[in-house]
Amino acid sequence: MPTIIVDGKSYEVGSGKNLLEACLDAGLDLPYFCWHPSMGSIGSCRQCALVQYRDNDDQHGRIIMGCMTPATDGARVSLKVEKAKEFREAVVESLMLNHPHDCPVCSEGGECHLQDMTVMVGHRDRRYKGKKNTHRNQYLGPLINHEMNRCITCYRCERFYRDYAGGKDLSAQASRDRIYFGRHQDGILESEFSGNLVEVCPTGVFTDKPFLADYSRKWDLQSSPSICSGCGVGCNISPGERYGRLKRIHNRYNHEINGYFICDRGRFGAGYVNGDKRTNYVGIKEPNGAFKAIKKNEISRHIIQWLGNGNIVGIGSPRASVESNYLLQKLVGPSKFSLGVSQTEHNILKRQVSILQTTRASNPSVREIEMADAILVLGEDLTNTAARIALAIRQATKNKAIAMATKMGIEEWHDSAVRNLAQKELSPLFITTTAATKLDDVAMKTITLSPDEIANFGLELARQLADGNSQDPQIIEIATYLTTAERPLIVSGPSLLNANIVESAAAVADALAMSNQNTQLSFTFPESNSTGSILLGEPQNLMLSDIIENIDEIDVLVVLENDLSRRLSAFEMTQLNASQTKIISIDVLENKTLEISDMVLPAASFAETQGTLVNNEGRAQRFYSVFSPLHDRLPSWQWVIDIAAVIENEELSAIASFDEVIDLCAQNNNFQALSSVAPDKNFRDHGLKIPRQTHRNSGRTAITANTSVHEPQQSPDEETPLTYSMEGLNRDQPSALTPFVWSPGWNSNQSLQKFQAETDGPLKGGPSGIKLIKSSGCGVSLDYDRTPSVSLKNNYWRLVPIYSLHGSEELSLHTKEISELAGLPFIMLSGRDADNMKVSDGDGVIVSGDDLRISISVRVSARMAKGCAGYSAGYNEIGHLTADTYVQINRDDEWQPLKPVVIATDRIASFKSEDNQYV
Amino acid sequence: MTEKVLTKNISNVNDTTPIDRYEANEGYLGLRKALNSMSPDDCLLEVKNSNLRGRGGAGFPTGMKWSFVPKHGDCLPGHKYLICNADEMEPGTFKDRLLMEQDPHQLIEGMVLSAYTIGANIAYIFIRGEYRLAIQRLSEAIEECYNSGYLGGNILGSSFSLEMYVHPSAGRYICGEETALINALEGKRANPRAKPPFPQVSGLWGRPTIVNNVETLCNIPHIIHKGAEWFKTLGVGEDSGTKLFGVSGRVKNPGCWELPMGTPIRQILEDHADGMQTGLNLKGLLPGGGSTDFLTEVHLDLAMDYNVIGAAGSRMGTGTMIILDDQSCPVGMVLNLIRFFAQESCGFCTPCRDGLPWTRQVLEDLENGKGSEADLETLAYQIKYIGTPGNTHCALAPGAMEPLQSAMKYFFEDFKNHITLGRCPYEMNGVY
Repeated sequence: MPTIIVDGKSYEVGSGKNLLEACLDAGLDLPYFCWHPSMGSIGSCRQCALVQYRDNDDQHGRIIMGCMTPATDGARVSLKVEKAKEFREAVVESLMLNHPHDCPVCSEGGECHLQDMTVMVGHRDRRYKGKKNTHRNQYLGPLINHEMNRCITCYRCERFYRDYAGGKDLSAQASRDRIYFGRHQDGILESEFSGNLVEVCPTGVFTDKPFLADYSRKWDLQSSPSICSGCGVGCNISPGERYGRLKRIHNRYNHEINGYFICDRGRFGAGYVNGDKRTNYVGIKEPNGAFKAIKKNEISRHIIQWLGNGNIVGIGSPRASVESNYLLQKLVGPSKFSLGVSQTEHNILKRQVSILQTTRASNPSVREIEMADAILVLGEDLTNTAARIALAIRQATKNKAIAMATKMGIEEWHDSAVRNLAQKELSPLFITTTAATKLDDVAMKTITLSPDEIANFGLELARQLADGNSQDPQIIEIATYLTTAERPLIVSGPSLLNANIVESAAAVADALAMSNQNTQLSFTFPESNSTGSILLGEPQNLMLSDIIENIDEIDVLVVLENDLSRRLSAFEMTQLNASQTKIISIDVLENKTLEISDMVLPAASFAETQGTLVNNEGRAQRFYSVFSPLHDRLPSWQWVIDIAAVIENEELSAIASFDEVIDLCAQNNNFQALSSVAPDKNFRDHGLKIPRQTHRNSGRTAITANTSVHEPQQSPDEETPLTYSMEGLNRDQPSALTPFVWSPGWNSNQSLQKFQAETDGPLKGGPSGIKLIKSSGCGVSLDYDRTPSVSLKNNYWRLVPIYSLHGSEELSLHTKEISELAGLPFIMLSGRDADNMKVSDGDGVIVSGDDLRISISVRVSARMAKGCAGYSAGYNEIGHLTADTYVQINRDDEWQPLKPVVIATDRIASFKSEDNQYV
Repeated sequence: MTEKVLTKNISNVNDTTPIDRYEANEGYLGLRKALNSMSPDDCLLEVKNSNLRGRGGAGFPTGMKWSFVPKHGDCLPGHKYLICNADEMEPGTFKDRLLMEQDPHQLIEGMVLSAYTIGANIAYIFIRGEYRLAIQRLSEAIEECYNSGYLGGNILGSSFSLEMYVHPSAGRYICGEETALINALEGKRANPRAKPPFPQVSGLWGRPTIVNNVETLCNIPHIIHKGAEWFKTLGVGEDSGTKLFGVSGRVKNPGCWELPMGTPIRQILEDHADGMQTGLNLKGLLPGGGSTDFLTEVHLDLAMDYNVIGAAGSRMGTGTMIILDDQSCPVGMVLNLIRFFAQESCGFCTPCRDGLPWTRQVLEDLENGKGSEADLETLAYQIKYIGTPGNTHCALAPGAMEPLQSAMKYFFEDFKNHITLGRCPYEMNGVY
């Protein structure tokens, strides 16, 4: 470990760091802009200047950039010397020449890194007398607002968007003091990670557009430690609330999972929490089919009437917490409980869990995925099914560049030098899918196959790894890359609803792991608690189809946070509706299941309660409410307890707190560690609860001061160690309880480094979450053989699901901006099929199958397996299209293509500078 | 009369030297000699011994630069590259154009020899886009060389092969910075790269690359053909060889001449440029292009050698002087230059991108008679902030500040007069 001397004081720093990182790690305040802990250094902003001295005798020293200079043992530097301070102030003064003084109306105000750095360097008086440069802003879609005049040209946006996330449609344009960061023309940003621009930008150029329309200052927001419910990866998020409205979501650093970045579904997909589809009151269905609101305490009267023979069946949900699912199963008994997914999905997910429990390969976190140096993806379009993992794989393909740089003595943080050296050299990534994916651009090879062929391909590869007898040059090539890699990674999942793909992935990983113990195997899981729900399943559980078959024997069916219309066929939904069974739905939003229910119990969303979710690697993580539930909403676990009281289940109705729910869940073998996931409600930091609000601030009460200077009374939080208050310490508590980041002088999200043990390193509060799945390492016993290849039927297409980050997830689709981006449901065709049908993007086709005929829009994929056509999975309107069915597709001559939507130009700078022709 | 080396084939201003005439005047003899009887290491040694220094402006010893190229085995697999920097955009500089337009084969021979020495098999001439005639003549000459066996596979029957391409620049001053040039050649934004790593190790496409100026490369055939010792005798001062010196500004005979290294400034000005125009006196001069510090009359007897001019507080630069006469406004001249440099900043780093326009604004106020004493302090502050090497990502910004800082030193009264008079004292003279 090198020791550096800063202003005469010695600090031991991590090896391989630069001086900026070393100073920040030492707790020193050194301003910076362009450096990013996860993206490295380029040396453009010149803000992190230090004076470095050659040796003890050097009294003069010279200015160097902290981010571009290795922290070598014995390095002597000064932050405080006048020369360095004067230079850093000059840099801010230059950056402020053209920066508008619009802080009072800028949505970044109060959490602006530029504000912080300006104050930190002490710049105040302006000497520049010229006019400011101005720019025209662009319309970038519904998620991101663009205000180019605020730009300080740190290049972070371009570097994140292009270099890190692989986006193509945002770049640095023009030159000198007219540099412009934007698209080639107005239009929706294409990247699924565009929202990170909001946090990457050190000032207010790229801001959260929905938040802007429903704005609060950071110091007015109440935040909580939360977990994204958008998919099975379990990224950590920090939702912000004010007066009962979920305002925005920020990334919450988790060293093992999301690091600094989340996807746009995670950041923008929770608008449904404030939406008009929320269930607010207990509803009881009147004979005329309409719902009437009743009081909470009236539910017992109705339920008791319905009980009949007392046959109550429960349907759980992969998007409800472990606790809610567990209580419902406990209430009705395992033999009367269904996990609430289709049999196919259930079987695959159960198998995925059992593979992870026995595989010889390790089951990596997102961060470990980033370390892979050869990757095989079987069947998953990761950008749309597990976006954060796709982003990690994109980083992993750069490992070759880092290895090349290391050989040449170039530090990993020297980002531009690493890129210039490696150019287009990438670590090998092989993608075997049915259609094009957003990772194809970094793949060494993409292989387009039907789902069965993917499974066979994987099996063939596993055999080659075991016995080396394959004749297929492609198989041999991929096997060679995987066996020569140091950290090979196999990624697969359930998205094609083909169990054999998962088996083959396990076979490949196990075969590799026989000779390489660094082999990794990762599965995606579709929903936020899919893994948790599988873990709490019991052998006696019912399948949904069992319930439908025997529906008339059921008196009361309790449906927990599950829109069954997404799992059942239209026919089965009709059967359910026609039955005499009384259906009680506990859910967050109105949906088709609610429509056919007899009682609706309004559930708290993820933002209004706490619970545990288990992510795709089996990591259990706790989320906490950011505000107490409005109206008559209750946490769904609380509703189950209330129902338990009605039917006189003493064990459950005696539960008095959430911690007791957890204790009960911990009786399940798989969940013994549940109470260790996060501290219980009695946890105190220096005797105080953890505040959800930022520190005391006099501005807080300003919003309604015209009517009353008093803040509305905040509800007490009896259930958790957090409090709806500004009183308390948010400093070094366990990471699972960190609601937001803030540190004196560091008001922006850059204050995160004060919570980290080192930059880009683990949090001081320790790791967050507990892995519930541990592999025995004894190996996977395979239970399948080569699938006979399906003969293609002339003029028939086999349907395969196609996922969209915006559109395929149930709840986020009810967020206005997400539904706008999702667009129309579609059929995806290969270019050749589209040409034959004489259709292109946006045209219409008629899809006909058994009892099915729909007219639907077309999208053309760059590649699509022969004989297959994709359908937009999860889009509400097309529940009739199902995987692996055969349909005929013909051009719809009557199709009316939507008129192109006129996109309004956002705003035009009110005056133009003399030389605006450069932009 | 001095021995003509670089311009020995150049007589008629509008003429070029076709391959037969070039060959007839000892052309390609250096190349034949090297390929027949010299190893790349022999060539490197010869160039090192010649003390040839880079003619692009920095004066870095060419042989030493070449010696940083890693041998095969010490570097990543792939090509090595030679790039000729022909992006001549330094204000007041027009020497490379002459060499390329009128003797393209001299440059090509120099490049083949240089590529042979460093082990490059691909060479680019990155040329200023406006140099259409040079582009045309070089392209024709390269075609002739492929036909005559001087380029392509197995040159002159040896095992050495070289492909050569002419790449016209899209046109930015910053492309003359070698790493920005490399980025531009790769199709990227022409921002300079951070060094280290140096291009000799990781340059074009991430592989070892040597970037040399046109005039530097034109010296190579002669050094190889006639030897380092002969080359050293050409200079009259401490540096070796001859150099193309140019003079622009209000002199009687502005132009460009090949003279021995170390020729005194006065001799260039008086014997070749024929002195100042009638009625004008010399006030100052930028010895090597727009990004060098002013020298004044007291420096006229200095030898045009890298270290001599450096010791006087300026730089040899490209060796093409810009003359300031006593009827022209030094503030206006500096403003004109700063406008150019602010315009040409690539925009990568803060002091250059935002600092130069700020300097421009202060100088505009001064020149327009709206300046104040505080502005002089601001200028001094900016000189330190923008002009200190290491403060910025590349050398453009310190170069941009050189004329200003020396003008403040030598012509401070002129700056003051703008403030006290509330106007430009030279405004009646109609220049700048």
